[in-house]
Amino acid sequence: MIQVEHLYKSFDGRAVLVDVSLEIRDGETLAIIGRSGSGKSVLMKHLIGLLKPDRGRVLVDGVDINAISYEALRRIRRQFGVLFQGGALFDSMNAFENVAFPLRTFTNLSEAEIRRRVQECLELVQLPDVGPKMPDELSGGMKKRVALARAIALQPRYIIYDEPTTGLDPETANAIDELINDLNHRLNVTGIVVTHDMHSVLSVADRVAFLYQGRMHWVGTIDALHRSDDPILLSFVKASEYQIGQPISRST
Amino acid sequence: MPKSLTPFLQPFRTLGQYTLLLAHAFSALGEFKTYRKNLFDQMVRIGIDSIPIVAMASAFSGAVMTVQTAYQLVSPFIPKTVIGAVVAPSMILELAVVVTGFILAGRVGARIAAELGTMRVTEQIDALEAMGLNSVSYLVVPRVLAGMIMVPVLYVVACFIGIASGILVANLGGFLSTGEFLQGARQFFKPFDPIFGVIKAFVFGFVITSISCYKGYFTQGGAEGVGRSTTQAAVLSCVYILVADLVLAVLLL
Repeated sequence: MIQVEHLYKSFDGRAVLVDVSLEIRDGETLAIIGRSGSGKSVLMKHLIGLLKPDRGRVLVDGVDINAISYEALRRIRRQFGVLFQGGALFDSMNAFENVAFPLRTFTNLSEAEIRRRVQECLELVQLPDVGPKMPDELSGGMKKRVALARAIALQPRYIIYDEPTTGLDPETANAIDELINDLNHRLNVTGIVVTHDMHSVLSVADRVAFLYQGRMHWVGTIDALHRSDDPILLSFVKASEYQIGQPISRST
Repeated sequence: MPKSLTPFLQPFRTLGQYTLLLAHAFSALGEFKTYRKNLFDQMVRIGIDSIPIVAMASAFSGAVMTVQTAYQLVSPFIPKTVIGAVVAPSMILELAVVVTGFILAGRVGARIAAELGTMRVTEQIDALEAMGLNSVSYLVVPRVLAGMIMVPVLYVVACFIGIASGILVANLGGFLSTGEFLQGARQFFKPFDPIFGVIKAFVFGFVITSISCYKGYFTQGGAEGVGRSTTQAAVLSCVYILVADLVLAVLLL
């Protein structure tokens, strides 16, 4: 379980997160939503200790990740798989080497076992044949899927998806949503989806946390979201071209 | 803190951030398994791949220096061996190492800053950290170590080629024979001179790679930021090579 307690963060005197508290339960998929610049990605980076808060705590399984040594933090990070917005594939390596990288770095698997595991991960993201391709030969959606294969290679307990569908065409975005759903259930992981794509939220999330102007404005289940009459939340959702209570559709 | 003070505090912030990066790199030296492969890759890229350009620059430096010394010192009262006595120590003490340093500041410094800067703005460094890898150990340590190992090697290559081209030009131009050149070179040779050159090359290797890693590692602001870091890495490396050159000369000579 991940607990965020009264988190504050500012950059150059500008408050980005203000008294943010949140609980991410084991096995659930939580979507962190909000406008661009609302602090979603900053909050996401705090969850794995890439940023240090000005005040407040982030607890992973009860351990305050900002009060432990760098070595201990690195051990905790190995429980996470992170899908970055642009994929963040290592551009000096091909797709196979990218997925194999964490296996080569953190395990003592033989070359044959690494090959088998990489192929397994690439098949899970439905790209079994892209191994020899370099990142610049892959489309945006393929890059994200290879990055997802890399994120799950070490069988993490938590997967963080940062804007997984941003910049993708509707069809590819749907495929990524299905993939997230499939992986979360098949691998039984805790998923954290940072997004402003309401279609994605309604497709994959069990609960939603809405950040507004750096504050945690609303947290609840998808059912509660459908019933909510919070004007700020409704305004965000309507602006996302989704009407609460209506069927989910992503225009193509 | 008043905003008007920010520009004055920036150099201290930069120095602090640079020192912390180096401290982090120093503490990661023990993680040899993490950077072993990258270390050998970087030794090839910084050292072996730079040999042609360093050889060319040092050959021209040695040749030009020989011609100019001959031009300035042509007199019946000055023995021809003086040309060798001027050219060889100049190459060993100053020219070979500074020319090598400037070339590497442009060639290697800019490449390192661009590589790490691109990795920063495309979140590849965040991805390494998020996996639980020490990104400084993986990226910075091998580059700095490779610079400190290979720049002295390049310096030795530059010395030999610079002096050899000086001898060749001296012969072809009819200024003096190989024997006379070497006799002059031996006349004022001090065994500490090449040691001093190697020490300078070692320090220049550290200066170029550490500044470039720092600039690249902390790049901000997308493609424009990568361009800015790359330029600053090359320019600052050249400036601090000159500063280190003076400091070492004052301290060690």
